[in-house]
Amino acid sequence: MSQKITMGAALTPEKIAEQLADGGAVAPASVAEYALRLGDDALILSQRLGWWIARAPEIEEDIALGNIALDLIGHARSFLTYAGSAWGKSEDDLAYFRDEPDWRCAQIFELANGDFAHTIVRQFAVSFFQFELYSRLVDSSDPVLAAIAAKAVKEVDYHRDHSAQWMLRLGQGTEESRRRVQVALTDVWPYVDELFRDDGLIDDVLIDDLDGVAVRPTTLREPFDELVGRVLGQADLEVPTGAVARGGGRDGVHTGGFGVLLAEMQVLARQYPGATW
Amino acid sequence: MIAVANPVEFSAESVARPRPADEASRAAWDLAATVVDPEVPVLTIADLGVLRSASVSGDRAVIEITPTYSGCPAIDAIRDDIVTVLEGAGYAEVTVRSVLSPAWTTDWMSAEGKQKLAEYGIAPPTGTRPVGPVSLGSVSLGMGIRCPQCGSLHTRQLSRFGSTSCKALYVCQRCQEPFDYFKDH
Repeated sequence: MSQKITMGAALTPEKIAEQLADGGAVAPASVAEYALRLGDDALILSQRLGWWIARAPEIEEDIALGNIALDLIGHARSFLTYAGSAWGKSEDDLAYFRDEPDWRCAQIFELANGDFAHTIVRQFAVSFFQFELYSRLVDSSDPVLAAIAAKAVKEVDYHRDHSAQWMLRLGQGTEESRRRVQVALTDVWPYVDELFRDDGLIDDVLIDDLDGVAVRPTTLREPFDELVGRVLGQADLEVPTGAVARGGGRDGVHTGGFGVLLAEMQVLARQYPGATW
Repeated sequence: MIAVANPVEFSAESVARPRPADEASRAAWDLAATVVDPEVPVLTIADLGVLRSASVSGDRAVIEITPTYSGCPAIDAIRDDIVTVLEGAGYAEVTVRSVLSPAWTTDWMSAEGKQKLAEYGIAPPTGTRPVGPVSLGSVSLGMGIRCPQCGSLHTRQLSRFGSTSCKALYVCQRCQEPFDYFKDH
């Protein structure tokens, strides 16, 4: 998997499969674990955002959140297909036939939609996080992760612009919009910390052993804080400090509403296995 | 995600490749190039830059396409249409691969494609939107988008997102007509 995407170095699925089969210093299962995290983040957030279609404050926003959810589905499909290749599972196997402890999304992605302000604050945090992540993952030594990131980063940049514009509108809008967005910041921000935690998979396996497959989450905190701080400053909102949620999503520990989300997302595939339309 | 007949495959390609040089592959390219975008039927996948390569050995054809946006559902319809067209032309085995890298950009849209878009009533992309620091003003500045109905540059963005992933919604201040704008990407 040492081949990087460069001008003139075409990489075909056959070559990737060959390199995966080669083994050697490569531990595909750990790369798959990492891809699974990123895929779960995108898929679960997409499922949450889909709820807003026909419920957002204005029709343009129905379309915006629906479009963002569609981009995220695309990212999830790529990551989950790649992850599943290590275990002989399809994207659908991973999406529909895993139980709660097997999911690896960070908890912020699964947080309840709340009111529109909560959804926007969650979107604000994760789109700025994903932009920093993907803009570095394009240099991953794993060419498939790098390719998915190169595609995703352009889309996430647009999501980032969308959420930043809303933070400004809500922060500088009416007394009520400002009150609500500040409450949402207080509620959502404790879950931001988990996004930037390193762990054994990242440190020992993906960076030390596999020479920079993953992006070290701790390195993203500073650029994230800087950009997010600038938007919040301009929106005249306070940067939340203090409370930090315990997290654990990467280890399969999830929040209260997650089981209900999974039930809704998985019920059709489980009740009618192999259903098509 | 249920019933995806052809799961996403991965490969990375280096540059925007022209029409293949060898005769057999070029014939397959030309056939694939007749497939149109199901959402914007005036555009072929070659106009869009979605068609990336074609190669033929014997009666087997391999076509590479790239999605415009990661989640674009049109890619499945396009894949099916390519298989139908090539099988109809006698190829025994047709493989369609999705390539993710390099990522699609509106720079790959042909000049002819942009012209056809405008005639169809969709404002074509104006140039490449750079990925970089987020715009911080409450008004984001961009190139003037020309109304495809009356040609006025006096237009306003109604919604940053539109009826498909690749479009935004605009309205012309002069003729008052709303129109789609194919976003720079």
